[in-house]
Amino acid sequence: MIHAPKLLYMRYPILKNIILLFCLGIPFLSFSQKKETQKKEPPKKETTDLMDMLDKEIASKPVTNYTTATFKTTRLINAHSIENVAGGVMDVKISHRFGALNGGFYELFGLDNASIRIGADYGITDWLMVGLGRSSYEKQYDGFMKIKLLRQSSGKRNMPLSISGFAGIYYNTLKWSEPDRENYTSSRINYAFQLLMARKFSEGFSLQLSPTLVHKNLVPLISDPNDLLSVGIGARQKITKRMSINVEYYYQLPGFKLENTVDPLSIGIDIETGGHVFQFIFTNSTGIAENQYIAGTTGKWSKGDIHFGFNIARVFTLKKTKRKETK
Amino acid sequence: MKLLYLFMLSCAALTTNAQDIFFTRSGKIEFHSGSSIEDIDGVNNEVASMLNIKTGEMAFTVLVKSFQFKRALMEEHFNENYMESEKFPKASYKGKIIGLPAVNVSANGTYNVQTEGEMTIHGVTKKITAPGKLTVSGGKITGVSSFKIILSDYNVEIPGVVADKFSKETEINVSCVYDPRS
Repeated sequence: MIHAPKLLYMRYPILKNIILLFCLGIPFLSFSQKKETQKKEPPKKETTDLMDMLDKEIASKPVTNYTTATFKTTRLINAHSIENVAGGVMDVKISHRFGALNGGFYELFGLDNASIRIGADYGITDWLMVGLGRSSYEKQYDGFMKIKLLRQSSGKRNMPLSISGFAGIYYNTLKWSEPDRENYTSSRINYAFQLLMARKFSEGFSLQLSPTLVHKNLVPLISDPNDLLSVGIGARQKITKRMSINVEYYYQLPGFKLENTVDPLSIGIDIETGGHVFQFIFTNSTGIAENQYIAGTTGKWSKGDIHFGFNIARVFTLKKTKRKETK
Repeated sequence: MKLLYLFMLSCAALTTNAQDIFFTRSGKIEFHSGSSIEDIDGVNNEVASMLNIKTGEMAFTVLVKSFQFKRALMEEHFNENYMESEKFPKASYKGKIIGLPAVNVSANGTYNVQTEGEMTIHGVTKKITAPGKLTVSGGKITGVSSFKIILSDYNVEIPGVVADKFSKETEINVSCVYDPRS
């Protein structure tokens, strides 16, 4: 008797079912695969739009986007902002502070008296700026240097803050108050060092913090410290494209300030017209240089010891920047 | 079979696409907006552009902030007061070459073309047409075009005080050297 070999599925009927199911499933399977390829298709079709392709190409290589114009000019009101003049540009500044408003009609609300600083700033490079000036207050000459250390940026390089370093030296040429005693030239010299940290939060709003050290070689009282510490806070809010409101306040640390001085507070408006920037301000300080207004302000807002003033800046381009040429 | 066909088709479509598209990140746009009183010239060497040589489609995009000027203050005013580059960081153009001649990429040659498209500056989109020239040389394509736009069309305000420093029309020169996109 010959035994025909039984087919596998005959021996295990369950297999037959499985095979049948599998066969039935094929069209579905292939359908689902087709669907998958169709699903993949649309993104490819999208990329045939040239603008989308270009945008993707650009996004694949992000660039660093540096924040510019955190403040309108190199001074917020009295104090330095993180802004520098560009390389090869000279900025001539004339600053004017009238007498105190509480001088009344006799002093024409301060207009009879004025404290002036005439100065010029120059950008040696885009990140290094120097300046010279002369103030009528204390007949003082000053020189300073400001370096951009970090720039706020987004994109490839993300930097939340702009940081600049400032160093100034001041030399007053007043006649000695006590000519009979031994006087030293070094007594005329003051220094100021500032770390300026700012962030442009939006198109209109910028904020700055400025830890400051003013060093006076000679102080009025024996109990006064020579190193005077303070923290400045300044803000600007744009009202229109060419106008902004600024506020600036320096908090002098207790124990590191001169007797009888108060914290300077200033409010100002910037108005820009072409190459000029006009700054109209109200402040309680008479001095315009750092050592004078930060560590030597005596007028109190509460007593009406407020000075009206203005800064006028005119920019001259001494060296035109070379354009980058295409390779 | 159907699947295979579909797959082959998509492959073929992809490969031809890649060969037809030319690309640059270092295109150049210059503009002259000054009058006899003052030169107001800006240049940008970081223009990104794509050109589909088969269909004639073109796309340009540029960061307004990367325009450079001879005077730093001009650059600041350009960004801050006129173009408002914080609000409108990009300017772009999307267009087409009309009646594109068959451009032979493998042989050197020059083709004069007419273009038509939409330009977006300062957040305002306007239709423009401009003549242009394509030059094929060593597998690269150079595209150049010159045309004029009117600033007020794009809501760029010019205050009366400085109005005489600006010419009514701004002349724009575009020059891009495209490489085949790999």
